[in-house]
Amino acid sequence: MERKILLNNIAVPGIRTFEVFRSTGGYLSVEKALKEMTPDEVVEEVKMSGLRGRGGAGFPAGMKWSFIDKKSGNPRYLICNADESEPGTFKDRYLMEKIPHLLIEGMICSCYALGANTGYIYVRGEYKYIIGILNEALRETYAAGFLGTNILGTGYNLDIIVHSGAGAYICGEETALIESLEGKRGNPRIKPPFPAVVGLYGCPTVVNNVETLANIGYIVNNGGNEYAQYGVGKSTGTKLISACGNINHPGVYEIEFGLTVREFLFDEKYCGGIKDGRKLKAVIAGGSSVPILPGELILKTAAGEERLMTYESLAEGGFVSGTMLGSGGFIVFDEDACIVRNTWNLARFYHHESCGQCSPCREGTGWMESVLHRIENGQGRSKDIDLLVSIASKIEGNTICPLGDAAAWPIASAIRHFRHEFEEHIQNPEQCSLHRMEEFENLKI
Amino acid sequence: MLKVTIDNHTIEVEEGTTILQAARMIGGAVVPPAMCYYSKLKDSGGKCRTCLVKVAQGSARDPRPMPKLVASCRTPVADGMVVQNMTSPEVIDTRKAIVEFLLINHPLDCPVCDQAGECDLQNLSYANGREESRFEEAKRSFKVVDIGDKIQLHMNRCILCYRCVYAANQLTDNRSHGILYRGDVSEISTYIQTDITNDFSGNMIDVCPVGALTDKTFRFKNRVWFLNPMNASRSCSKCSGKVTAWLRGEEIYRVTGRKDQFGEVEEFICNECRFDKKEKSDWTIESPRNIKRASVISQNHYLQAKKPSVILPLENRTVSLEEFEKENTNEKQS
Amino acid sequence: MLDKKINHPLHVKENSKISFSEATLAKAKQIIARYPAGREKSALLPLLHIAQEEFEGYLSADVMDYVASLLNIQPIEVYEVATFYSQYYLEKVGKNVIEICRTGPCAICGGEAIQAYLEKKLAIKTGETTPDGLFTLKAVECLGACGSAPVMQINTEFYEFLTKEKIDSILADLTLKAKEDKPEKSLWKEKFF
Repeated sequence: MERKILLNNIAVPGIRTFEVFRSTGGYLSVEKALKEMTPDEVVEEVKMSGLRGRGGAGFPAGMKWSFIDKKSGNPRYLICNADESEPGTFKDRYLMEKIPHLLIEGMICSCYALGANTGYIYVRGEYKYIIGILNEALRETYAAGFLGTNILGTGYNLDIIVHSGAGAYICGEETALIESLEGKRGNPRIKPPFPAVVGLYGCPTVVNNVETLANIGYIVNNGGNEYAQYGVGKSTGTKLISACGNINHPGVYEIEFGLTVREFLFDEKYCGGIKDGRKLKAVIAGGSSVPILPGELILKTAAGEERLMTYESLAEGGFVSGTMLGSGGFIVFDEDACIVRNTWNLARFYHHESCGQCSPCREGTGWMESVLHRIENGQGRSKDIDLLVSIASKIEGNTICPLGDAAAWPIASAIRHFRHEFEEHIQNPEQCSLHRMEEFENLKI
Repeated sequence: MLKVTIDNHTIEVEEGTTILQAARMIGGAVVPPAMCYYSKLKDSGGKCRTCLVKVAQGSARDPRPMPKLVASCRTPVADGMVVQNMTSPEVIDTRKAIVEFLLINHPLDCPVCDQAGECDLQNLSYANGREESRFEEAKRSFKVVDIGDKIQLHMNRCILCYRCVYAANQLTDNRSHGILYRGDVSEISTYIQTDITNDFSGNMIDVCPVGALTDKTFRFKNRVWFLNPMNASRSCSKCSGKVTAWLRGEEIYRVTGRKDQFGEVEEFICNECRFDKKEKSDWTIESPRNIKRASVISQNHYLQAKKPSVILPLENRTVSLEEFEKENTNEKQS
Repeated sequence: MLDKKINHPLHVKENSKISFSEATLAKAKQIIARYPAGREKSALLPLLHIAQEEFEGYLSADVMDYVASLLNIQPIEVYEVATFYSQYYLEKVGKNVIEICRTGPCAICGGEAIQAYLEKKLAIKTGETTPDGLFTLKAVECLGACGSAPVMQINTEFYEFLTKEKIDSILADLTLKAKEDKPEKSLWKEKFF
């Protein structure tokens, strides 16, 4: 369970440069795809690999590609979603910073497969330095003849353009990203039509996450079947997990699907256990949007089985006792963490990031934040807990885009698993250790 | 032609028709309310979520239900689709929640709002809302601003339907107002001090579902339910000149576009007709205008409005919720 | 709630004649040319970053009108976008904009205490600028560096694993460098090609 696909060469000095990257076998997949394969063959390999979108939804990448409208006669676009903004997730930043050519290589193969002659990388504005790194890498790639016109003499033309966001979580939603790329407000579009039919500039468009695209080079080189040998069941390949919170070794880890959560959390090779010898309280396993689980439920399913780092195992038990792999942002809470304060904090995040277009999310996220703020400040009433559950349930599923769900789930799950903590905050707010800390005086919200 | 069934009424419609359009063809109680969709404004709809319906069967070919409620104004009909609006408790329950969301930051200033009596939000909350608010926090508040000398903007009342922005985009050149900021502090604004002067800008008032954009020439002049709406016309070089003139006695208090049974104007009118022609001699008065029975105007007086109730526009009647539910259960049983 | 001010009075245009320097204008035109003909509006977000940098660190109505003229779009289209994204500042800011992450993962690693310390040290509240115009303190949502929490950005440079001692030295360093211009290489206009 220690096999890697993406980060094998991460420690090679100078791997950020084209020259070193190339010397480790980089860009071979571009030669293979462009010279030996038809675009459809590339799509087939990706389908066979079972690669699932690494941005959060886990939708099979090959299937997404096969939806692209090839009959319209309009240009097709591939957009790399590098708007990584999900709290707890920082794997794409790591990948782009350390080994940017892996993404570019994957993008060239993917654009070829989709018949796209322009690809965009939409990078969140906060990652300004990454934009510099990517453009430097692209300059090298153009110079080496792997981008531009008539690539490697095959007649295939491709330009890749780096585009910047400017501070909006919502632009991680693919249609909001497209709107933003068109120079507009990041308001998600109403679907249908889906981007595969009407996307950027009204043309067929595929939007893929950085990590998804970084896997394409391996799949082209080794075949989809070989890729599918990694992992278990429908969770094929490896996954970058960004681990943070109260652990000994926060950072980005490439794991093969199937590792147990216990090993990931406690082994020295990964998170290395809970900081300062404290106890595990809870984990948000897939970025802040997915349901929080108490320690015992993240390690073992309700049925008593060891939970694995896979899409399926983490979802075992549905939302009653399970969660989601999401974007792989693993946030760990120790016994001293206050679930109420954290839930309020996340509610504030979603309130801040709501685009304001549809009424349940625009009005509901702010309302939930206010109620949680009240509870956290010691002015809660016992009926507030059910009120929160009610508001969350009315936002969920009723919004234009998944931000509504993302705002509702953390609150609903925190109350589901930690209701007693909310009740304690309402009955006796001073009991929470955070409330007694002097440093928090200034920040009484 | 595609066959679609909405609340047990089946109709054949052309490809590309949305569920809401199909429901409007059937008419009556099966028509979902729409606060942001406006058939005459391209790209409108999908935002307010009041028209959410349940698709119990996706199509004849793929009979699976859709996993979530869908915005009927933006979801195209498929052949063999089965839709539930008022026959789905889930839809009714969700609509109630949406109304609550729309109201939490909406001021309770109907008594001083010119829109009262013909306000879509007022009607919607009479039909679908809760009796009490669970929202205890302070509502967001904005200052009242004049955008141009004839239009006043009460941002507090705005439900961010975007209709006025689409109207400005599609009816005028050089739009000068838009949606600024984001989330629940979004606002309609011009950002800088500027007047909206375009000849057709007054239509923003007509498309506004609430009292956010009101006619300054009519401000506090009268209550709409005291006025008699009359079809009136004049020859106008800018627009069709076909309007509704709102009279009390011999005096014209205001001029608006002619609204159909779904609250949409039949034709957009120019500012000259709307703001400057207030003499009876300016107009040929044609006939009384039919007014939606669902509106408070038709009740002529607040006291006669029944509440809570479900309002069925087609049959021009008001029934209580109990009666309505009884009828519907009977229908299902038979 | 977005930190951008609610209930601002309508802005007044000064109608001051402004334009990019020749070098920046060339860069801007290069950026616009990256997008398909007729889709020049796509360059709006990058251009606003550059404009903000070129004109005192914030976007006045005049600056936005200038950007609108470069892209041949209505000024309101620029206002709509500039007010939507949190990285665009609509009011004057200090020379150094400190953006401390306040979201969950940083918060559970002591981010809130760091924010409190910054307030104390700079003697301002979050959202304010020091009287000498050197620092503006803002609290922002997740910066995507949760593995090195607590984090902050100053003028879009990351500062990670923050402690009170680190804050002391970072602030001292920036105060010392107050008179220097920002290094050319770190500018937005140098990030695109």
